Amino acid sequence: MALPMESPISFANVGRDKWWKRGIFASQTGYVTLALLVLLVVMNFASPYFLTEGNIQNVAKNFSFIAIATLGATFVIITGGIDLSVGSMMCFSAMITSMVMTQLSTPGMPGASLFVHAAADGRTILANVPGLILFISVLAGLGTALIVGLVNGFCIAVLGLSPFVTTLGMLSIVRGLCYVVSNGRGSFPGGPDADYFYALTSGDLYGLPAPFIYLVILALVMAVVLHHTAFGRHVFAIGGNEKAAELTGVQVVRVKIQVYVICALAAGLQGIIICGWLGSAPANMATSYELNVIAAAVIGGANLAGGIGGPLGAIVGCVLLEVIRNGLVLAQVNSYWQQTLVGVIIILAVLVDRIRSRMI
Amino acid sequence: MVTATAAGQPASEPVPEPDIKPVLELTGIGKEFGAIRALHGVDMRIFAGEVVGLMGDNGAGKSTLVKIIAGNFPASHGEIRFEGRPVHFQRPVDARRVGIEVVYQDLALADNLTAAANVFLGREIRRKFGPFSLLDHKAMAARSLELFGELRSETSPYHLVKQMSGGQRQAVAIARTRLSNAKLVMMDEPTAAISVRQVEQVLSLIHRLKEQGITVMLISHRMPDVFAVCDRVIVMRRGEKRADKPIHDTSPEEVTALITGAKEAA
Repeated sequence: MALPMESPISFANVGRDKWWKRGIFASQTGYVTLALLVLLVVMNFASPYFLTEGNIQNVAKNFSFIAIATLGATFVIITGGIDLSVGSMMCFSAMITSMVMTQLSTPGMPGASLFVHAAADGRTILANVPGLILFISVLAGLGTALIVGLVNGFCIAVLGLSPFVTTLGMLSIVRGLCYVVSNGRGSFPGGPDADYFYALTSGDLYGLPAPFIYLVILALVMAVVLHHTAFGRHVFAIGGNEKAAELTGVQVVRVKIQVYVICALAAGLQGIIICGWLGSAPANMATSYELNVIAAAVIGGANLAGGIGGPLGAIVGCVLLEVIRNGLVLAQVNSYWQQTLVGVIIILAVLVDRIRSRMI
Repeated sequence: MVTATAAGQPASEPVPEPDIKPVLELTGIGKEFGAIRALHGVDMRIFAGEVVGLMGDNGAGKSTLVKIIAGNFPASHGEIRFEGRPVHFQRPVDARRVGIEVVYQDLALADNLTAAANVFLGREIRRKFGPFSLLDHKAMAARSLELFGELRSETSPYHLVKQMSGGQRQAVAIARTRLSNAKLVMMDEPTAAISVRQVEQVLSLIHRLKEQGITVMLISHRMPDVFAVCDRVIVMRRGEKRADKPIHDTSPEEVTALITGAKEAA
């Protein structure tokens, strides 16, 4: 058995790809981002209203309304799973939040005396600690999301049920609960903290819509988590080869539960924000939003087979959907075309990626 | 005697000094999958620095045995001792913790990750930033490059595994076993899917492991590879150990006969 030379060798033929050939630039996300930029330029020439401040603010606000949930769903999609309960979850957490807020602000309700008291005139209701009711009700909404996420994760990771079936069931269960708790009527955020609530969910900061600010912060956090923590690496590994992840010591069950919890929490937060914008949480709120969320993630480059995806893709997908919707309105095209066009774009985006990966 | 085979021991088998404890000792290992008896009464002692070839036809129980030692599933009967202590592995990580590394036949790589990410999967190098611990990409890439260099494999730590050749993938999987102070490295068909030159590399790596006192168990179909690097060959047939001989006391013909059943035991 001859041993190869012991001299240290350097590999002249092994280098690092040029920057435009790796990472984001060589991915579907890159191509779709490019397509989006082209679309923005075209829109600018097609309609003088498109790049007005008001319209841009509108677009920013509108895509933020599904983008936060898309970030969460992207985690699940990267692991090769899917969460169809996103839309129902948005509604349920919004409903719980506004119901808790109203309950705690109504004197006479159990526990309400801890939070509110009647003013001297006997009619105006004042909060004992401003903001506390808001804090607790948002916590209640997110708490419900946490529980739903844990149940999803438990069924999928521990019991081994298929993600599709589990979350399809959860879609129905949670939507049903929305109708049960509200008796089908929906609920409204009320009480002394409602103003804070509206300011935090549909207000502006230096002209930037509040949901957009949350979105940017959460996307940055997500980018760091996915690419610079062991958790993020394990999320990708599970999507790439779950068996390998298991064999190399990745805590697959734990990571899977965590991604479903993250997804449910993101949907919950999204629901609460939408509720602030609508001013109410009707029982049919966010129906079928899960499809928009998944569509946005897929357009942005997340692979439903697992292993690929990221926050930029999620946002780009959402922006693209919204710009198209907005563009159709500005171009005075019958808005019923929107859904058809979205479907075409989903298929096109995936098709372009397939053609590209064949060419390499 | 080193081992307790059913048949008589050849007189020339090297008898280790009595104070040398085996690294791995299996006693009466058996495994049933429902009504199927995959393994029955396997005894085996493996010593430090030995290279042992485990041979057998498909369905002979090689992979089952490896998976039991690696902690993929528990044995139905019998006892495993590692460095003299009885061990019970629930998961592969448990086996790795005591110093057993496995190169799986399918290599257990995540295609969508880089070579470095795969090498360090499950034991990433992290750096503390206040309350957060973030991946240390540079350190992992540098260490991976070092390991690939040791393996003489032209592999970039930054390349995605899905773009790699069979030999490069093999290098990534083997590099993994070099991260910790492994005492026993089991390789399941490491030379099955790679080029001639890469086979040489893998075999020379096995020599290197042996020089460092690491025990290697080579599971292979390829007779020349086993005879090139192994000190001892163990032949399995129908879930039982049929032979356990020093390599210089046997021949490829005899091993073939043992594998096929032309010769019952040796």
